[in-house]
Amino acid sequence: MSKAAPLGGPFITRTTVITAILTLIMAALLLYRLVFGLGAVTNLSNGYGFGLWIAYDVFISTAFACGGYSMAILVYIFNKGEFHPLVRPALLASAFGYSLGGISIMFDIGRYWNAWHLFLPWWANTTSIMLEVACCIGAYCCVLWIEFAPVIAERWGTPAIRKFLTKIAFIPIAVGCLLPTMHQSSLGSLLIPAGYLVHPLWQTNLLPVLALSSAICMGYAIVIFEGSLVTEAYHRPSEAHMLGKISKLIVGLLVFYLAVRWVNLAYAGKLGLVLTSGKYSFFFIMENVLFVLPVILLASQRNRVNPQILFVAAVSMLLAGAFYRLDLVLIAYGRPGWHYFPSIGEIMITVGFVALEILGYIVCVRLFPVLSSHHPAKDSNSVRRAPRVAATTNK
Amino acid sequence: MAVSRRNFLRGAAAGGAAAACAAAVTEPAAARENLQMPPKAVGLLYDSTLCVGCKACVAACRDANGLAPEFTTDEKIWDTAVDISGKTITVIKLYTDGTAKHKDQEKDGFAFMKRSCLHCVDPSCVSVCPVSAMTKDPETGIVSHEPADCIGCRYCVVACPFGVPQFEFDKAFPKLLKCEMCKHRQAEGKIPACAEVCPTGATLFGPMTALKAEADRRTSTAPGVPTDYMRKTVDSTDVHERPNAAYVKHTYGTTEVGGTQMLLLSGVPFEKMGYPALRERSYASEAETIQEGIYGGFVAPMALFAGLLFMARKNTKNHGEEE
Ligand code: SF4
Ligand code: SF4
Ligand code: SF4
Repeated sequence: MSKAAPLGGPFITRTTVITAILTLIMAALLLYRLVFGLGAVTNLSNGYGFGLWIAYDVFISTAFACGGYSMAILVYIFNKGEFHPLVRPALLASAFGYSLGGISIMFDIGRYWNAWHLFLPWWANTTSIMLEVACCIGAYCCVLWIEFAPVIAERWGTPAIRKFLTKIAFIPIAVGCLLPTMHQSSLGSLLIPAGYLVHPLWQTNLLPVLALSSAICMGYAIVIFEGSLVTEAYHRPSEAHMLGKISKLIVGLLVFYLAVRWVNLAYAGKLGLVLTSGKYSFFFIMENVLFVLPVILLASQRNRVNPQILFVAAVSMLLAGAFYRLDLVLIAYGRPGWHYFPSIGEIMITVGFVALEILGYIVCVRLFPVLSSHHPAKDSNSVRRAPRVAATTNK
Repeated sequence: MAVSRRNFLRGAAAGGAAAACAAAVTEPAAARENLQMPPKAVGLLYDSTLCVGCKACVAACRDANGLAPEFTTDEKIWDTAVDISGKTITVIKLYTDGTAKHKDQEKDGFAFMKRSCLHCVDPSCVSVCPVSAMTKDPETGIVSHEPADCIGCRYCVVACPFGVPQFEFDKAFPKLLKCEMCKHRQAEGKIPACAEVCPTGATLFGPMTALKAEADRRTSTAPGVPTDYMRKTVDSTDVHERPNAAYVKHTYGTTEVGGTQMLLLSGVPFEKMGYPALRERSYASEAETIQEGIYGGFVAPMALFAGLLFMARKNTKNHGEEE
């Protein structure tokens, strides 16, 4: 396979300008939040202590950012070297996703000047799931950039630095596989102490298992999603053959996820609630349809190499995982008598973070050797036949 | 050989993950039980049937804790706190039904109910706070909040079964507010301000064992029987007599989420007064059991990590340099 190379090209395009403007709006709103307090920008209340920022920027955005984690498991733990070209772009997206998630938490917590208490042992409360999540995410942000360091070194480092980084790379890789396993499952557990405040269709002791398995799925789905977009946007050779194989993993994991979720409901005698819970039923069913759709779409090998179907399935998977988290934090959770809907300010800040992520990603792929130009696809036929070809011509 | 060893370690890594999952599925043998009430625990007993809604306690609580009255209407001629908030630690809420003509009656009646921290025996807020800003005194069982430690993450706000911790969302440098059972007054040998000023003894202070016994005495006495009611403290000699009320035959806080150190008596069912029926197992104990099952002694994570390290080393060697 050929080497990754910087994409080059102009930095000022329509996309970068729009994302930059959205980022500036966010910066202004964040400043406003610092001066006038959380209530001035958000609709948070003592009935809904967690709002859109926790639901999106922490729960959803870090799950979207599981691409690096999911691919690292595949390539380095299960030794599927053929997927190597997909690791770097996934890592970069993860590094941005997690870092921005981490930064947004700093604006969400009310007494941010005390945030460092989280990382010192004499404040630590070991029973707190949030402590575990916070330390884990903090550490993982660092690990992601360390994992990405060889890429930066390839452009700017000396040969000695490059060699050293390559040699010890297995350590951050292993840590990078451990930490998300811990915090993605714990993010699910985070809602367990809330007990009856979370609707029984979502509240279960298996939240950590469901959260982790769906996060890994989302990781693979985002790789497919980004791969498709990058192929399209930068007119690069299609990666459909590789993405198709990854999509097979999604099917397996999703079947596991759905089995755990439904068997658990049946076991707890909650199946009746699926239809009788009013608005909760609506959200629960919508979520599950989105989870089932990729399984159906990706069931056949034919569909798995069709870029359009792959893309639709990935989007459905991402929406499913996103709604699962949104529902858990903002809809299934609720205090009687209270209501919450995010304010424009809250939404614009979340949009700003997403814009910043996209902007940073674009700048990085243009500047650093992230995307690899492998298997140039001369005609569309070679893409169709690619799966078998890839298996034999790999390396 | 390398292959078989690799498979073995791959198995180990997968095993670590599976163990973590299994821990979450089946409750480990060593489930963390509900915490028990400290022997010298103190608390409050609030009897809705004695409360006349004078809100002397609300004013006294403000005074004792340096809080100004809270206004929710334009004209600032009355303390109109409608619930506990970032400005108010306790309120007396009003229940009404139909014509609302009869006190302590569910149908066509009205009744008062105190809202403030219940000082849970096994508090969720203490269990979830990442930086130990919520603490439970091992002697008295008082649940305190230390603003200097708090990072304002509001996990306690989300997790408290009773919606007690109140965060100041309207401030640039916010704090969290909750009742600390006037521990600063208790340190001076005084009793909580709300119990001290209560003219009818609706709010009583005392050791939990005595408060529980007093609650039992009231609920087990037939309605209408002339009964003595003390003021301020449960062992007080300042008593007044009245016919025993028609109580709901349950003292709220004796079983709910493992018990609380504020007990409630009422003539109107508690669910109607904003206190939901809750199971006995504390949510804190359940969540901690699951976390302990996954992270206990850090065994599973470390086993997983060892497997991951080995596999990553092997596999980066295999194809790391070839790219
Ligand atoms: S009522 Fe809420 S704030 Fe008070 S001790 Fe219990 S969990 Fe903590
Ligand atoms: S808001 Fe403060 S007291 Fe509450 S859980 Fe967070 S750090 Fe602890
Ligand atoms: S014990 Fe003190 S702080 Fe708590 S409600 Fe009573 S007066 Fe207020």
